[in-house]
Amino acid sequence: MSLTGIIATLPETLVIFLKTFIAVNILMLHIAYVVYFERKVIGHMQARLGPMRVGWHGLLQPIADGVKLFFKEDIIPSSADKPIFYIAPVIGVVAAISSLAVIPMWDGFSIADLNIGLLYILALSSIGSYAIILSGWASTSKYAFIGSLRSAAQVISYEIAMGMSLVGIMLLAGSASLSDIVTAQQGGVFNWFIFKQPLAFFVFVMAAIAETNRAPFDLPEAETEIVAGYFTEYSGIRFGLFFMAEYAGMFIMSAMAAVCFLGGWSGPIPGVPGIVWFLFKVYGFIFFYFWIRATLPRYRYDQLMSLGWKLFIPLALANIVITGLVKIL
Amino acid sequence: MCIKYAMPGTYIPINYLPVAIIMLISSLIGLGALVVGLLVRPRRPYAQKLYPYESGNPPIGDPRVPFNVKFYIVAMLFVVFDVEAVFLYPWAVAYGQLGIFGFVEMMLFIVVLLVGYIYVWKKGAFNWE
Repeated sequence: MSLTGIIATLPETLVIFLKTFIAVNILMLHIAYVVYFERKVIGHMQARLGPMRVGWHGLLQPIADGVKLFFKEDIIPSSADKPIFYIAPVIGVVAAISSLAVIPMWDGFSIADLNIGLLYILALSSIGSYAIILSGWASTSKYAFIGSLRSAAQVISYEIAMGMSLVGIMLLAGSASLSDIVTAQQGGVFNWFIFKQPLAFFVFVMAAIAETNRAPFDLPEAETEIVAGYFTEYSGIRFGLFFMAEYAGMFIMSAMAAVCFLGGWSGPIPGVPGIVWFLFKVYGFIFFYFWIRATLPRYRYDQLMSLGWKLFIPLALANIVITGLVKIL
Repeated sequence: MCIKYAMPGTYIPINYLPVAIIMLISSLIGLGALVVGLLVRPRRPYAQKLYPYESGNPPIGDPRVPFNVKFYIVAMLFVVFDVEAVFLYPWAVAYGQLGIFGFVEMMLFIVVLLVGYIYVWKKGAFNWE
């Protein structure tokens, strides 16, 4: 690109930079409070109060936790593969947060309205599995190694089911852009794709839970079997980065569910701003995550893999065929 | 997004500029957190502390243990199915214009894939016992 070209686009670049910076920081705040939300919800479901000490009803707890992680000693095994060990959590964070770029938050606003938005999110979630496998490999610890293998196999298996369940959405919307998908669901609650694609929604929800390594599919970090899985050897703020990536991934998957199946920023009551509907749906879905975690016991690894390959992939394929057939008739 | 061509013949994919920027910002967040941690945290290592975790014992043997060959099979199957999914995406987006031809074409493709899928299933690639 020539110099004049760069100068001509400089003001716009600056605006985009500021917009992105603000959006990412708001996301970080949301992630911090999703952790608080989880501890409160799980606490109350187990007849406890959850965090109560730091601030009013523990409201400053996430900040205290964050500060604490910065001040923790960083212990790296002496046999670890240092450069890879350093870079793995950063890859995880970049892959998780960058997915935010294509999410349409209200009418006409997303950081980058790509026409391949869905593909972009699926691609980034694949890159996230690099963080898992590299961290397990670099730790030179048996628990971390086994955890990363399990996790990588799980993530790629469920990624297929997730990708195929979203094909039905693309068939109906005729586009892979997330804002087009929301536009295709306008005009009443019954135009939401959850009613037209219930099977795809089911597969998507299960795959999203497995993809983000959450209970009941949290095999990679099954404490009773392999300590903490792939981040066993990570401590201090490096552990914090993995934690951040996990919750960011959860937020993005909830946003995907809201956008692809629940009508995104559209809502049944006129006059309410789109961002309110969007956040309401996202937090509803996040609550569902916690509810599932508090309710269901963990799957066994062989059950998990056969569930993915023998049930969800055929279901997603059948959904594609049915959707194609219905659309042609 | 008004600027597509800042100069004649110079294509700037401005739709992708925010993507580059968000990747830059998120890597700055990751690296920045590591740098801040480096500045404020204590550092008191000794040999026992730096062992890889093995329930409190000194580690035994090679940490890169041999693992089940199933993981390779899953990785290979992933490649097959992911390539298939990559064919499905453009088909799904263009389905409105393709009509009955597109439907039959994709059904043939899915049937071919299904044969392979059933073969792999019968061979026991999905059993983890």
